[in-house]
Amino acid sequence: MTSILVQGDNELMRLQLTMDNYLHLFNSHYVRVFLRSFILAGICTFGCLVLAYPFSYCIARLPEQYKGIGLLFVIIPFWTSSLIRSYAIVAILKTHGIMNTFLMWAGIICAPVQLMYTNTATLIGLIYTLLPLMILPLYVSIEKLDVQFIDAARDLGAKKYQVFFNIILPLTLPGVLAGCLLVFLPAMTLFYIPDLLGSAKTILVGNIIQNQFLAARDWPMGATISVALTLLMGIILFVYWRCYPSRQELL
Amino acid sequence: MNIIELKGVSKYYHEHPVLQDIHLEVKKCEFLTVLGPSGCGKTTLLRLISGFEVPSSGVILMNGEDVTGLPPHLRHVNTVFQSYALFPHMNVFDNVAFGLRCKRLPKQDIEDRVREALRMVKLDDFMMRKPHQLSGGQQQRIAIARAVVNQPLVLLLDEPLSSLDYRLRKTMQMELKQLQAQLGITFILVTHDQEEALSTADRVVIMNHGFIEQVGTPREVYEEPRNLHVAQFVGEVNIFNTIVFQADPEYLQVEIEGMPFKLKNTGKFTADQKLYILLRPEDLEVWGINEVQNPENMYSATVLQVIYKGSTVDLILKLKTGTQILATQFFNEDDEKLDFRPGESVLVYWRTGWEVILSDDAR
Repeated sequence: MTSILVQGDNELMRLQLTMDNYLHLFNSHYVRVFLRSFILAGICTFGCLVLAYPFSYCIARLPEQYKGIGLLFVIIPFWTSSLIRSYAIVAILKTHGIMNTFLMWAGIICAPVQLMYTNTATLIGLIYTLLPLMILPLYVSIEKLDVQFIDAARDLGAKKYQVFFNIILPLTLPGVLAGCLLVFLPAMTLFYIPDLLGSAKTILVGNIIQNQFLAARDWPMGATISVALTLLMGIILFVYWRCYPSRQELL
Repeated sequence: MNIIELKGVSKYYHEHPVLQDIHLEVKKCEFLTVLGPSGCGKTTLLRLISGFEVPSSGVILMNGEDVTGLPPHLRHVNTVFQSYALFPHMNVFDNVAFGLRCKRLPKQDIEDRVREALRMVKLDDFMMRKPHQLSGGQQQRIAIARAVVNQPLVLLLDEPLSSLDYRLRKTMQMELKQLQAQLGITFILVTHDQEEALSTADRVVIMNHGFIEQVGTPREVYEEPRNLHVAQFVGEVNIFNTIVFQADPEYLQVEIEGMPFKLKNTGKFTADQKLYILLRPEDLEVWGINEVQNPENMYSATVLQVIYKGSTVDLILKLKTGTQILATQFFNEDDEKLDFRPGESVLVYWRTGWEVILSDDAR
């Protein structure tokens, strides 16, 4: 509702219907932020997938009594606020933080590298925070994968990589997609991670919404961006649903 | 020519023996069935041949070459799995073509051979279907086509018919037999269904507790079981315990259920030896009291239960000594009535020489 009102001088908003806010969306500034968020979230999702797949696979193939312990390690970080965990990353990445000290001690670099306040830092923060959301759905679908299919493929002469790309990956695709959605959507909107770790330049959609509401006090514009974002995610979810009508149970 | 040879193969899981000292020779182009109760190691035997398991000791030869440590994708054997394991995300054509595509054969070759294989199992009209759109029997045939399209040296079948209903199972048994003759490939079929094992096989391997108990033609294992387990596992059997009174190289004097008998000495048995006398239910003749003039050498018994089976009647009888036995009677021109009732007194007879004699320590 707020998104079709106008920002007021003295009050939060005035009762005056307008579509201007939506036209503003196509302002190059917003488009650029959207694009940048999209790309960053995409890289983050891909990074999570690459890290999480082998990890989930290993847990899912552990003997029954160790699976629980493996999953526990994935879930433990959830017990702490993700904001606090972000500060922990700051401690690792800052100029004289753990990472730089270690790299200098190991002789890989001779002067501290700038890690904080870069896109890389934002990315590391996002991946770290969202990794469990990728692992869990992947774990579920890999665990459900019947070993007989792998046996059958090997029996028919498939080499290891052929088994993976022709059998394991397609059969766990629902888990891959579910995990990607669970990571991609929050990656677009988590505002405090770019705030803490990224530079002023790495403003993402989440930050912009936050700024509109809290800093610029332009509630109608903030609402507009939120609506646009929600629609976008709705579309992505819809596409996912249409592609996998029979496998909705994974979400 | 032996296509597969297992020499002293053993398999242990965590110190627990699953297979012990298996010696087995599989001939070219034969239909071999491996029969045994669940947990006897027969599936492990199959997985050793296909390469999914590596033996703890012993050697596996294939066409004379040592393949003991070779992984499955390098062996010229293919398996039809118990639950078929058809890839659910691929249609029938892609499933059957999978093995050939892994070998990177030319496209046209693949298509020709897949079509040929599907025609053989009479499913060439179903190429574009997904596995879940097929019935159990159809999935079964696709699984077979997917295996034989690779022209393996040996086709391994792991209880392939166990999830089909009785009638379909019968049909598929005959089709498998025909297919094997048509392809000239060695088939090794694992099953716990003795009827299936006997009706399809050229030779039967009977296993129990990780050992091979007997290898032989279906007739041999049925008529000349080497020990009690084989006799009990292959078909129904009545077992009588007895002790030899007297023995000479030709004849034995024994008492069976209170009646003396003179039997041929088939196994160099000696006096005082404990024996099992085995009689198949169909070797027993059952007569009504009034049908017999001279009831010599006949047991009198009481009918406990009558089980009508269409072409035969199974009778559970109680002998005077209290022992229960099973007798199967056929409808034929000698004996059309076969009208027994529970509680009726009858006479039981068997022709000496039809029995199987085992010493009680037969292994």
